[in-house]
Amino acid sequence: MGQAVSEYHLPPYARSMGMEVDHVEDGAPVIAMDFATRVMGRPGFLHGGAIGGLLEMAAHAALRAELERQGSDSRIKPVNISIEYLRGGVQERTFARGEVIRAGRRVANVRVEAWQGDRSRLVASSWMNFLLAPPKT
Amino acid sequence: MSKDEKVAGVPNTSLPEGFVFDPERGARWFTRHGHTGFLGMEYHDHGEDWIELALPWREDLVGVEETGVLASGPIISLLDNATSMSVWTRQGTFNPQVTLDLRIDYVRAATPGKTVIARAECYQVRRSMAFVRGIAHEGDVTDPIAHTAGIFMLVSSVGWAKP
Repeated sequence: MGQAVSEYHLPPYARSMGMEVDHVEDGAPVIAMDFATRVMGRPGFLHGGAIGGLLEMAAHAALRAELERQGSDSRIKPVNISIEYLRGGVQERTFARGEVIRAGRRVANVRVEAWQGDRSRLVASSWMNFLLAPPKT
Repeated sequence: MSKDEKVAGVPNTSLPEGFVFDPERGARWFTRHGHTGFLGMEYHDHGEDWIELALPWREDLVGVEETGVLASGPIISLLDNATSMSVWTRQGTFNPQVTLDLRIDYVRAATPGKTVIARAECYQVRRSMAFVRGIAHEGDVTDPIAHTAGIFMLVSSVGWAKP
C-alpha cells in the first residue's frame, strides 16, 4: 500500500509551487515545499495562501491514500477549509500531513497540519471537508 | 525595487507622515512581487472598504489535469490577498497585520479558462483585529465560486517583515 501512496501524482499547481511527496508516514504522504520567492508573502515569510495550498494538497493526498486502502476510486471535491495560522512561516522547507478523521459514503473530514524544522511548533492547523462523488463512467 | 515603489507599496516599517494607502497603487505593487506576482494576480477595482483582485486562468495553476479546473490553492491566495488589502483600503493607511484565520466555502468549481475575481470587504476594524469577508466569482457575484470569512491580527511593525 505504501507503493501506491508514494507514487501519488501531484497536480500542475502543486508542481509549479515546488511541492513534492517527501515521504509517507502511517499511510499518509507528507508533502513538502521549499521556500522560494514564488511562495513568499510579506518579505521573508511564507504567503498565507501558499500555506493554504500546501495544506489542501496534503489533505487531498491523505484522503486519496485512505480511499485507495478502502478500494474506492471516488472523485474528491473540496467543500470547505478552515485555516488557523499559528506562527509566521520562515525561509525554510515546509511540511504538511493530513489525517483522515472520517471517510464516509458521501463526505470525508480531514485534519491537516503544517510545520517547518520543529514538528511540535506548527505553522498552521486546519480542517477540510470533501464531497465524495462516484467516478465518472 | 525603487524607493518610490516602497512607499506606494508597503513593506516599509517607517512610513512617511500622512501616508495614504492607495489601493490601486498598493495592489499593483503587490502583484509584481513574491507569491502574488508568481500567481499573476491583477488589480481590478476598489471602493471605500472593498477591493477586487483578479487571477487569470493559467495551465500551471490547474488542480485537476483532466478537466483544467484551477486548483483551490490559488483561490485561497487570491482571497487572502484581497481580504488583506481590504483592511488597508478601509483604513486608508497601511498597518502591519498577519492572518489569524481564514475560512473558505467552495460553492462550485471554477470554469476552466476563466479569470477568477475576488471581491473582498473589511466590515470591521477593532484595536487588535480586522474582520473581513469576500466572494470569488467569474464576473457575476450572484454566481460565486467561493465565499470567505477571515480575521487579521494587527501587529507591531517590529519583525513583521525581513527585507
